[in-house]
Amino acid sequence: MSTPLERDLIRQSAATLAEAIAEGEVSAREVTQAHLDRIAEVDGDVHAFLHVDAEGALATADAVDASRAAGDALGPLAGVPLALKDILAMKGVPTTCGSKILEGWRPPYDATVVERLRAAGIPILGKTNMDEFAMGSSTEHSAYGPTRNPWDLDRIPGGSGGGSAAAIASFEAPLAIGTDTGGSIRQPAAVTGTVGVKPTYGGVSRYGLVALASSLDQAGPCTRTVMDAALLHAVIGGHDPRDSTSIPDPMPDVVAAAARADVRGMRIGLVRELTGEGYQAGVEQRFREAVEILEHLGAEVVEVSCPHFEYALGAYYLILPSECSSNLARFDGMRYGLRVGDDGNASVEEVMSLTREAGFGPEVKRRIMLGTYALYSGYYDAYYGQAQKVRTLIQRDFEAAFAQCDVLVSPTAPTTAFRIGEKVDDPLAMYLNDVATIPVNMAGNCAMSLPVGLAPEDGLPVGLQVMAPPMADDRLYLVGGALEGALRDRWGHLLIEEVPSL
Amino acid sequence: MSAITRAEVAHLARLARLDLAEDELDHYAEQLDVILTSVARVSEVAADDIPPTSHPVPLVNVTRPDEARPGLPRADALAAAPAVEDDRFRVPRILEEEE
Repeated sequence: MSTPLERDLIRQSAATLAEAIAEGEVSAREVTQAHLDRIAEVDGDVHAFLHVDAEGALATADAVDASRAAGDALGPLAGVPLALKDILAMKGVPTTCGSKILEGWRPPYDATVVERLRAAGIPILGKTNMDEFAMGSSTEHSAYGPTRNPWDLDRIPGGSGGGSAAAIASFEAPLAIGTDTGGSIRQPAAVTGTVGVKPTYGGVSRYGLVALASSLDQAGPCTRTVMDAALLHAVIGGHDPRDSTSIPDPMPDVVAAAARADVRGMRIGLVRELTGEGYQAGVEQRFREAVEILEHLGAEVVEVSCPHFEYALGAYYLILPSECSSNLARFDGMRYGLRVGDDGNASVEEVMSLTREAGFGPEVKRRIMLGTYALYSGYYDAYYGQAQKVRTLIQRDFEAAFAQCDVLVSPTAPTTAFRIGEKVDDPLAMYLNDVATIPVNMAGNCAMSLPVGLAPEDGLPVGLQVMAPPMADDRLYLVGGALEGALRDRWGHLLIEEVPSL
Repeated sequence: MSAITRAEVAHLARLARLDLAEDELDHYAEQLDVILTSVARVSEVAADDIPPTSHPVPLVNVTRPDEARPGLPRADALAAAPAVEDDRFRVPRILEEEE
């Protein structure tokens, strides 16, 4: 006779699975195999994965089972499988960044995040789909075709980390890693009814993370519960001497904060500029209801103003392209990746230009040219220079707001998931999806998105964003844990349990 | 008035080593113009006396003890190369053809 756990391994939280593995109720191999079976069953429809590494994942699971049999102590997530965004280098496993220019590339080394996952005994199921080089908010800019939202397969799962969010929402994996440069963890979490955290800049090593915009990029956890995010955050976070921007101070105890899940006495600031015009009615409604719950739980809610946030999107779309045009200069077809037009006669510059033209998709080309323009000597002061000053003003807005409040809240994204194809050739409409998430990246703060209900008009998930100062990541988990608990009490289950079956 | 012309886009593409097709030049000229017109709003902010921020945390140079560690083996470095010759990366000619 099988227990409910055995019958439905894929629907459990990572924390529950880890405990069951540690107690010997189920083996790590059985858990990994159940998720590989689920991927085989539904990923044809969802397309969350670009590559599945069944052999590698099962080998890690077997090693965990052997350790347990030998009586070794297991880490808190040992044996719980994970989906890895295809922008992190993993030795010997294809890493494409969603781009044709890296098709078939197998890195000769592991990213620090991957090293830490391996050391924690976490089986890595495979690599997840993404907008090419993380440029996009819908995963439609992947060179390998879009990922679909498990709530409605005609809709986008957000981006750039749509593959990681969709893998979580379709029960293909209980854990995933995303990266967030302007919202690529949080916005996919919002539109798929899952939890996503962008840690403090410098809180998670960028070594082996293929760079989009080095001053903004940060890897973080994607999960179905706040506690699972905290457990994964604790595994991947902390100082790394191989990343010069890694923060050497000890990171806050996010797992203890998720367990405490208490907002009593906290001051929560509602950012006036991140509501109102441009925000869908049902998104606003669910957001306001969640804020009322936080008040009911004992938090004091005040309205705050961050007047320069309205310029954040413009500044971001100057700073990000400038950094990316420089970072992506490395894809020149010389040492790895695609090479086109090398006929023995063409010059190196001709081969580079032909390779990059063939290997990059339209959004990447747009942003590279935008960055090249913004860094032109004649325009530098008016564009890039001015954007850097706006960045200072956004940081000051945050400092002033955090002088009055412990955390800030807003809707994560202005709308619920839109239809595939709706905005793919309208860059400005696409960029607006990140209007509420970008300020955090500009200032280096941390933030979380968690589900707060379905919008009444379309029945699709809505996310609430919690923002905290640098190195106060624990506050995200205090608020997220408390709100998740109250909503679970109200609904009798987590929102993700309402996702239609595939 | 447009923020960017088709000729400027062609120049940008050359600088960025992108061999764009003719129809791409038209398409990007139109789109980059819309984007640049929108992001140019940053110039409305009076910020003459505001220092620029390039990075969210203050950057300091980080050094470590100079200890010898194994590097990437040559075979691993060359394994992903588009072309290899004599245990080296083979690249196209780097000089213009002689007159």
